Amino acid sequence: MAEVAKMQVSDEVAISIRNMNKWYGTFHVLRDIDLTVHQGERIVVCGPSGSGKSTLIRCINALEEHQQGSIEVDGTLLSSDLKNIDKIRSEVGMCFQHFNLFPHLSILENLTLAPIWVRKTPKKEAEELAMHYLEKVKIPDQANKFPGQLSGGQQQRVAIARSLCMQPRIMLFDEPTSALDPEMIKEVLDTMIELAEDGMTMICVTHEMGFARQVANRVIFMDEGQIVEQNEPEEFFNNPQSPRTQLFLSQILGH
Amino acid sequence: MSDTSASAVAFVRTESVPASAPPSNAAGPVKWVKDNLFAGVGNSILTVLAILAIYMVLSKSMPWILNGVWDAPSLSACREILNGETGACFAVLSERWNQLLFGFKYPAELYWRPATAFVLLFVAAAPVLFFDLPRKLLIFTGLYPFLAFWLIWGGPIFYPLIALIGLIVAYKVFVAFEKNNFTMALGLGALSAIVIWYLSGFVGENSALLALSLEAVPSRDLGGFMLNMMLGVTCVSLSLPLGIALALGRQSSMPFIRYICVIFIEFIRGVPLITLLFVASVMLSYFFPPGSGVDLFIRVVIMITMFSSAYIAEVIRGGLAALPKGQYEAADSLGLDYPQAMRLIILPQALKISIPGIVNVAVGLFKDTTLVSVISMFDMIGMIRGPIVASTDWNGIYWELFGFAALLFFVVCYGISQYSQWLERRLATDHR
Amino acid sequence: MTIMTDPPKESFRLSMLLNDSRYRSLTLQVIAAILLALVIFYLANNVATNLAALGVSISFDFLGAPAGYDINQRLIEYTSQSSNLQAAFVGILNTMLVAVLACITATILGVFAGVLRLSNNWLVSKLMSIYVEIFRNIPLLIWILVIYGVMTVVLPAPNAFRGDDPSASMFMGISAFTNRGVYIPGPEFSRIFGETGILSAGIGWLVAIAILVGSFFGARIVNKRATRIQEATGVRPATLATNLAIWFLPLIAFFIITGLTFVVPVLKGFNFGGGIKIGAPLIAMWLALSVYTGAFIAENVRAGIQAVSKGQTEAAGALGIRPGRIMSLIILPQALRVIIPPMISNFLNITKNSSLAILVGYADVTATLGGITLNQTGRAIECVVLLMLFYLIISLTISGVANVYNNSTKLKER
Ligand SMILES: Nc1ncnc2c1ncn2[C@@H]1O[C@H](COP(=O)(O)OP(=O)(O)OP(=O)(O)O)[C@@H](O)[C@H]1O
Ligand SMILES: [Mg+2]
Repeated sequence: MAEVAKMQVSDEVAISIRNMNKWYGTFHVLRDIDLTVHQGERIVVCGPSGSGKSTLIRCINALEEHQQGSIEVDGTLLSSDLKNIDKIRSEVGMCFQHFNLFPHLSILENLTLAPIWVRKTPKKEAEELAMHYLEKVKIPDQANKFPGQLSGGQQQRVAIARSLCMQPRIMLFDEPTSALDPEMIKEVLDTMIELAEDGMTMICVTHEMGFARQVANRVIFMDEGQIVEQNEPEEFFNNPQSPRTQLFLSQILGH
Repeated sequence: MSDTSASAVAFVRTESVPASAPPSNAAGPVKWVKDNLFAGVGNSILTVLAILAIYMVLSKSMPWILNGVWDAPSLSACREILNGETGACFAVLSERWNQLLFGFKYPAELYWRPATAFVLLFVAAAPVLFFDLPRKLLIFTGLYPFLAFWLIWGGPIFYPLIALIGLIVAYKVFVAFEKNNFTMALGLGALSAIVIWYLSGFVGENSALLALSLEAVPSRDLGGFMLNMMLGVTCVSLSLPLGIALALGRQSSMPFIRYICVIFIEFIRGVPLITLLFVASVMLSYFFPPGSGVDLFIRVVIMITMFSSAYIAEVIRGGLAALPKGQYEAADSLGLDYPQAMRLIILPQALKISIPGIVNVAVGLFKDTTLVSVISMFDMIGMIRGPIVASTDWNGIYWELFGFAALLFFVVCYGISQYSQWLERRLATDHR
Repeated sequence: MTIMTDPPKESFRLSMLLNDSRYRSLTLQVIAAILLALVIFYLANNVATNLAALGVSISFDFLGAPAGYDINQRLIEYTSQSSNLQAAFVGILNTMLVAVLACITATILGVFAGVLRLSNNWLVSKLMSIYVEIFRNIPLLIWILVIYGVMTVVLPAPNAFRGDDPSASMFMGISAFTNRGVYIPGPEFSRIFGETGILSAGIGWLVAIAILVGSFFGARIVNKRATRIQEATGVRPATLATNLAIWFLPLIAFFIITGLTFVVPVLKGFNFGGGIKIGAPLIAMWLALSVYTGAFIAENVRAGIQAVSKGQTEAAGALGIRPGRIMSLIILPQALRVIIPPMISNFLNITKNSSLAILVGYADVTATLGGITLNQTGRAIECVVLLMLFYLIISLTISGVANVYNNSTKLKER
């Protein structure tokens, strides 16, 4: 197993979440979240369903609002200032469980859309960039097809390439492989591993424990809206501290 | 689980089902008739009843139609030709053909103008209706409203031309700035159009373009089927952008804007079109500045546009609601702002889903244009009920005229709805 | 979107009105409100100026003044001396009358046509498609005029029924179809409520309806009890006979007690007397609305039945549910859920489309308040506003009912 080099982590803080709380109405989804992510760090978040994993990473991208505490991304405070939100969103890429490609646009158009309209890149340059990333995810030949014509794994790789085209400094993944057939999971994970090798800062919600062992610097376990435990992958899997973690791990690794 | 007794289960077969006869190999027309027309007693009775109904309708109508007189100057002359036999007097159609199509006031020597506009309408509509046609044709679609206006109303070409130039400039300005800021681009575009129109006021007075002019025809001289077509096409085209705006407003997160849109939409959908036409004919002029004298055609266009925009807004709202939330989120996470997300991601998809619904609204609206005859405009129905039936020559004729009107509307509406179904099937198999 | 960050570091700057999500939407709404207020002010100002120039003002006094015109078709007392308000009421009742009648027949017609369209009889299903396509694609206005034409041009005048050798004869000896309208036997309660007067007959019918409502609840109690017994013992007691008795016996008893008789119309002078006269305009509106909307309902019914997939039938069959019960337990409830919302909006359309009555001189509210009263008093704004208000109330009521229904039957799913 080619261990991804773990020394690329710098001291520079990429994301810093302080004492963050979030409610849906009266339902307290996230409780006192404290998390610091350094530049180049790769973090895997796991936990039982409904524990608030998605909510946490969606808060980082301002897809959800938080009510208390602070989130700072690359030194930009996520506040109600729309300019800050725009700035953070252009630095943070996000991949969804269901890909969320734009079905009415070709693959190439999917990729060039945001660079052209948000970054104001000239069309030709944007297309070159798009082709570059399509090659990186190994599907340059599909550039002129439409999302509906691609397999799930290919679609997810396009979605990753689409985020990369905005040249983000941080990538968020929300269960990128859980809507895929087993044989397609590998191609997506390979793409993500490659991304990690390039030194991308990543926060990844996933239950792919092999991926976590191979790539992550840190594994975070969430339950009931709290970060229950975080540790290096070896330590986390071999020697979980909290009983809840032990229970969770026994359930997903048990069979 | 195991001891299911007969009393606990309501229906259990206790005897084995008798083997059914092997399927007959018989095929061909006899089998088809047996399967589709005379399968069982009830089915046979239905068939006989249906044949009876068809026979009754045809036996009454066919002699009447086939025996029709196509050439006679008046109803009495036509009756003379028929000499007591049953037969239709289609002569009224040939004699009043132009009136049925163009109304009774449109100058006869100018009929070619609306006729040309009508033919060109198909050219203009084609690229909108059929995606496979070259996109370049859309340029003609853009020019068409101005051309059609000039052809139908006449007057100097200067005015439609300036209107067009203003809009083109506005569009260019908008495109140039839209990547920076949508609202600013919109504002600048509008501003540049206004400047152009304002400046044209100085140039226009003694321009040579004023000389290039067709004989002007006032709106009140429009009539017949042409009026139905004009109202239908104009109002549907105008109500599309308005409907989109209303639908977006209704989905807005800003309560004030949402309430305004809801109130407007529910109000318009809650009252019959005829009351809105009353507003156009007796009330709307009060809302304009004194002495502006906006003519009835425009007032009717305003009200019908408001009417159909409310319905179109509801259709588009359905399309918006049908889009998965992930599309909005993906657009957000890429950093697109609201106008960009709407224009590039949401609306193209929502509108595509909404096309069949929009076409339905359009068909309904086209049928509803006949209501203007109630406020004494002389559309096709108005022509029939007014000038034609009231004339001494054709007093008392009825079925031929309404039959013709019905046929004409049927052909148009059925055609459009067939198109819509074709499109629906195509969109369903489309990868996009 | 409002994101609270604590502690709030920055103080308020003007640019935050547009760039801060806390204020931005408020700013936009205030701008919208100001623009709207300006437009309203502009329009109101124009109206005021125009009215002042004409020397008139808005006033609803005309409603109390005598209407000065007669209305043939009316459900309540009305003379030309009655007020405009009463004329409007006559119109409102007439609107409701034709709307209710048309809703009933359109539903029956639509359900028939919709079901027959799915028949495996090729000829019948084609015939029904032709019906649907023809009626949907030709304007209602044309249908109204055509049916009115049939009524007035084709049907014989009442005096054709006269003489020893009449050119027209009554249908089964009890109804007459004339160009002035259709005369049918009228029910009268000869005992308790006296012999004459539309009011006493009206009370009789109200009581009859009340009895029907009572039967409805009675039947419900019986069925609920049957369900309870079924849940308890697993066997459903037979309820058909009880149900029939509950529905019909009280009504029949009431009719016998009150001496319900039918008065057959007879030719008196130039016209028919006795029985009930349904004027040609009412019939034209009623039929036209029914066949036109029936075509739309047929489409909805067909779609509703087709929407309940074949799999549902098979699943139910696999559960061992008796074939006859599959329709009532599985298919119908699901199909109804699809059919009823568009059906309600069709009822709404019927009500709104009944405003076309003005074409054939049926005195609905558009023809009285928005037609003759408007023309005679010249109170355009007032009349049109009142008219729209009436339709708005009706529409909102009906869509309110529809919403309640939709919410109560919505599939509980995400
Ligand atoms: N829009 C919302 N409104 C109210 N509650 C919500 C909303 N979205 C999520 N929740 C609730 O918040 C909790 C956390 O949701 P979240 O999607 O973050 O869980 P998760 O850890 O991602 O679970 P999964 O593994 O199933 O994706 C859940 O209990 C969910 O029901
Ligand atoms: Mg999740």
